[in-house]
Amino acid sequence: MSGHPSTYEPKYAPTKWLDQRLPIVRMGADFMTFPSPRNLNYWYTFGGILTMCLASQIITGIILAMHYVPHVDMAFDSVQRIRRDVPFGWLIQPMHAVGASMFFLAVYVHMFRGLYYGSYKAPREVLWIVGCLIYLAMMATGFLGYTLPWGQMSFWGATVITGFFGAVPVVGESLQQWLLGGYAVDNATLNRFFALHYLLPFVIAGLVGLHVWALHHVGQNNPIGITEKTKKDTLSFHPYYTVKDGFAMVVFMLIFAFFVFYQPDALGHADNYIQADALKTPPHIVPEWYFLPFYAILRAVPDKLAGILLMLGAIVVLFVLPWLDTSRVRSSRFRPVARKFFWIFIFFCFILGWCGAETPDDMVFTVGSKMVDGELKPMGLNFTWLSRIATFYYFAYFLAILPILGLIEKPLARPESITKAVLGDKAHSAAE
Amino acid sequence: MTLNMKTAFMVGVTTLVAAASTLAYAAGGGTGDYKMEHKHWHFNGAFGTYDKAAAQRGYQVYREVCSSCHQLKHLSFRHLGDKGAPFYDEDYKNPNDNPYVKNFAADWQVEDIDSETGDVIDRPGVPADAFPAIYPNDAAARAGNGGGLPPDLSLIVAARNGGADYVYNLLTAYNTKKPDDVELTAGLYYNPVMDGGKISMAPPLNDEGVEYADGTIATVEQMASDVTEFLAWSADPKLEQRKAAGLMTMLYLSILAILLWFSYKRVWKDVEH
Repeated sequence: MSGHPSTYEPKYAPTKWLDQRLPIVRMGADFMTFPSPRNLNYWYTFGGILTMCLASQIITGIILAMHYVPHVDMAFDSVQRIRRDVPFGWLIQPMHAVGASMFFLAVYVHMFRGLYYGSYKAPREVLWIVGCLIYLAMMATGFLGYTLPWGQMSFWGATVITGFFGAVPVVGESLQQWLLGGYAVDNATLNRFFALHYLLPFVIAGLVGLHVWALHHVGQNNPIGITEKTKKDTLSFHPYYTVKDGFAMVVFMLIFAFFVFYQPDALGHADNYIQADALKTPPHIVPEWYFLPFYAILRAVPDKLAGILLMLGAIVVLFVLPWLDTSRVRSSRFRPVARKFFWIFIFFCFILGWCGAETPDDMVFTVGSKMVDGELKPMGLNFTWLSRIATFYYFAYFLAILPILGLIEKPLARPESITKAVLGDKAHSAAE
Repeated sequence: MTLNMKTAFMVGVTTLVAAASTLAYAAGGGTGDYKMEHKHWHFNGAFGTYDKAAAQRGYQVYREVCSSCHQLKHLSFRHLGDKGAPFYDEDYKNPNDNPYVKNFAADWQVEDIDSETGDVIDRPGVPADAFPAIYPNDAAARAGNGGGLPPDLSLIVAARNGGADYVYNLLTAYNTKKPDDVELTAGLYYNPVMDGGKISMAPPLNDEGVEYADGTIATVEQMASDVTEFLAWSADPKLEQRKAAGLMTMLYLSILAILLWFSYKRVWKDVEH
């Protein structure tokens, strides 16, 4: 990897021989000694945690694929067979299902961290965009994978989501049929979803390679957002960050294990234990929790196409974020106003998630009631309007607040360097 | 700010765990003034296991009452004698040798092909057989039940919000007084646990409906509780293995976390950060 001079010296004849032909050991050695800012906090451990999640999903997924049957008549039963009869299937299957939730949990923390510390700003725009592509591929993989157990939510979720494509003007209907391989979600759909669900994780792995390459080319951002200037500002990745990441990973694994062993169904939906039935629509079709905020944005507007465009826009806006934020200060630590808007943004993301899980017409709170057409209707705020408020803030944050704030906000004084920030007044005495 | 972010993280994790636990115990829908009874199940909690005696009685209730309409699609007879199952016996690690399991299997007629003649025949079940279907197809099931389709029971506890509480309450709530706004047509019964309050299943349990071998008095509540224990096992037969492995995993990870914490402290000892 570029960015820092290689210190690897092959010691033995075979390693010297290999180093001249394929410097793969050098690449690994340089990776381990990569100079990382010395002030990275625990929010920076989620990159490692995410790599672990991806590896876990791929390993458990390949094992599941050996026992799973992608056929509408057998898929549901084959998952039960895995859980009941396949050796350790009772462990592997929940690890994969819960693992998807854990993966998204970690990716959201990782993205919010990038947002807070301005990790998308020059020269890390491409690093950020590759990250957004990974997130997009994760969403596709998660959606495809949720279809495979062929429960009621699998089937109806797939029906609703693929229905979006039908809303595309002119070509919508043919596009939808082409994607489904028929007029409705059926065996052809299940087969291609399985094929694509197996493919996409390797696409993600490739993108992760690009993500890490870009990271090592431009260097890591850090909590104060000041680029490292001297060698003193940095520490070798190993052992300093291997041990720190390792500790964080194990703590994350404790949360992961809690769900796998004690609450394997808590993040899922009871309806998915009922085999898919095309003739019986569940009373409430809700996506997995990690899609709920986008589901709320989709339902915030009455028009189907507008809702879909808005939902897509919510993701597209992330791609152009590096050019929307006009502030030259990276870290929100030195942006007192932006910091407040950031926490409001987080708050509204949770509100959107809540709205996505509720029925739009239900009331958040009521203040009295009034007669409408001879019927007593409660007055107050319903979830449709709450999701509209939250959707408005979501877009306003990216399209108005960040662009304008960068121009008018007066940032706090920033330290000269990482070393100075870390050591403060001790910088002089501790130098050398 | 670092402290803030740390606190935010801890708050986030706590909320997530708390939310998950509440979600897991969230009760299903209902009508009228009926309040779901939340029972303390033997399999609740981190160390919970199935009450084997109750689950054994529950199998008897299933066999003598429920099985006239409801299948256990995802179970084979041999599952009854697996580790963690109601009829597991230390002496018969292979459930196919378990005498209880053999007897239960032989109590059912299983459709097969006579290898000599090729005719379709019925023969007594063996432990390797799956629980047979009750009806030849869904249409036949509906025809025999006034239009209602008796659901498969092997996953019923997992497939309903409220889980075991839902099933127990459904079985015991039949004698609740019907509110005036629920209109029943022929073949429907009032049950406040169902969405809309209507159910096609006639009250399945009557006091002394079965005669327990262990002398337990077969009240409706007792039978409902027993069969729910059995069905909870059938929906999650590996629960005991999972919780036991979970305990060891959590212990191992906790020790590893402590060791890594001290390694971290040691590696970073001389580094200001």
